[in-house]
This record gives sequence, C-alpha cells and structure tokens, in this order.
Amino acid sequence: MVKPTRVSNSIRSLRFAAGEMTQAELADRVHVTRQTVIAIEQGRYSPSLEMAFRIARVFGVSLDDVFQYPGEE
Amino acid sequence: MPFEEKFTWVSAVVTTGVAAVYFAIVLGQVPTVPVAQIAYQWPLLIAIGSLIVLTIVGAIVVAIGTAIGAQITGSGSVDDVGRHDERDADINRRGELIGYYVSSGGALGVLALAMLRFDPFWIANALYLSFVAGALAAAVAKLVAYRRGF
Repeated sequence: MVKPTRVSNSIRSLRFAAGEMTQAELADRVHVTRQTVIAIEQGRYSPSLEMAFRIARVFGVSLDDVFQYPGEE
Repeated sequence: MPFEEKFTWVSAVVTTGVAAVYFAIVLGQVPTVPVAQIAYQWPLLIAIGSLIVLTIVGAIVVAIGTAIGAQITGSGSVDDVGRHDERDADINRRGELIGYYVSSGGALGVLALAMLRFDPFWIANALYLSFVAGALAAAVAKLVAYRRGF
C-alpha cells in the first residue's frame, strides 16, 4: 500500500519505551480515537501540528523526536 | 473501526437500500403506466422520511453495539462511542466535498431536464437520484479515506 504521507514517526518505539503504553492509552491521553493513533503510526494520516505537539508532550520529548520529514534530495 | 466509520457504513447502506426500494417501486411502473399518471410524490416523501428515520435508528444501534462490544471483548472503550477527532473531521470534509461535486453535476442534469420541459416525474426523480449519488459518493470517499489514508 502506498503511504499517503511522507511524514514518518517513532511513536511505536516511544510507546514501548514508555512502559509499553498501548495505542488505546495514547489515544485517551491525546483525546483521539485509537484508530487515529494506528493511522498515524502506519503513516496513513499526517496529524495537525497541534496534535503532533500533544503526542510529543505525552512522551516528554521534542517534536523532532516523534516525527521526521525527509529532506529534499 | 472508528464510530464515525461505522456511521458512514450505516448511511451508505440505508441510502442505497431506500433508493433501491423506491426506484424499484416507482420506475417499475414506467413500462406500463404513462409517467404523468405515476403517483411518485408519496413514495418519494416516504423514501426521504425513511432515510432520515433509518439513519437515526442505525446510528443508535451502532452506538449500542459498539458499547456492548467494548464491554464484552474488552477492546476499545465505551468512550469511543461518539468520539470524534480531527481525522474524522478531515475525512468528513473531504468526503462531503466530493459528494457536493457529484450532487452538483446531477443538479446540472436536472436543470437541463427542466429547460427541455421534461415531465415533473423525471425532474423530481433525477433530483432524488443526484442526491443519492452525492450521498453515496461522499460515503465511498470517506470509507476509502478511512481504509487507505490520505
């Protein structure tokens, strides 16, 4: 399946580093549906800047530690 | 599956089902009865009323089913019922825009029928068909966006 967004992320590894936090727990803390967390993790949805900041704040890291965008080659 | 996606399925199924029954009843008379004599008005009003009522009932059933399913399986949460986030809003906006384009295209066809002085039977049914096509296009666009992302 072609990923609709070029934004990649480290949410999966950050969840495991945060005591194996489940997708449902993260969804509850960011106030979104679990399916939205799944879509973001799989690169099927690019969240708004505000949601991206909320996710980063849950893990206590900077935005760059959660989301990456490839440079122009 | 997000609650909003389930609701989109309900909308798509109800819209298709009601339209299929309506067109089967009304258009089924076209070969044998002159269109000016076909009483389409009440069936059309009943179809529109049924669409509204069945969509509401379907949404309630889906909400209850989601809540019960969350309790039984332990996956998901009762809080998921009615939860609506920015992704749902984005998908809804894109889907409705596509539906609007399809309905607008149909409305142009209806305008042409009126200008060419077709019987009100054809004008009314073409208008209903354009609404149905718009609603289905919106639903399909939303379901594709939920499944494949955007």
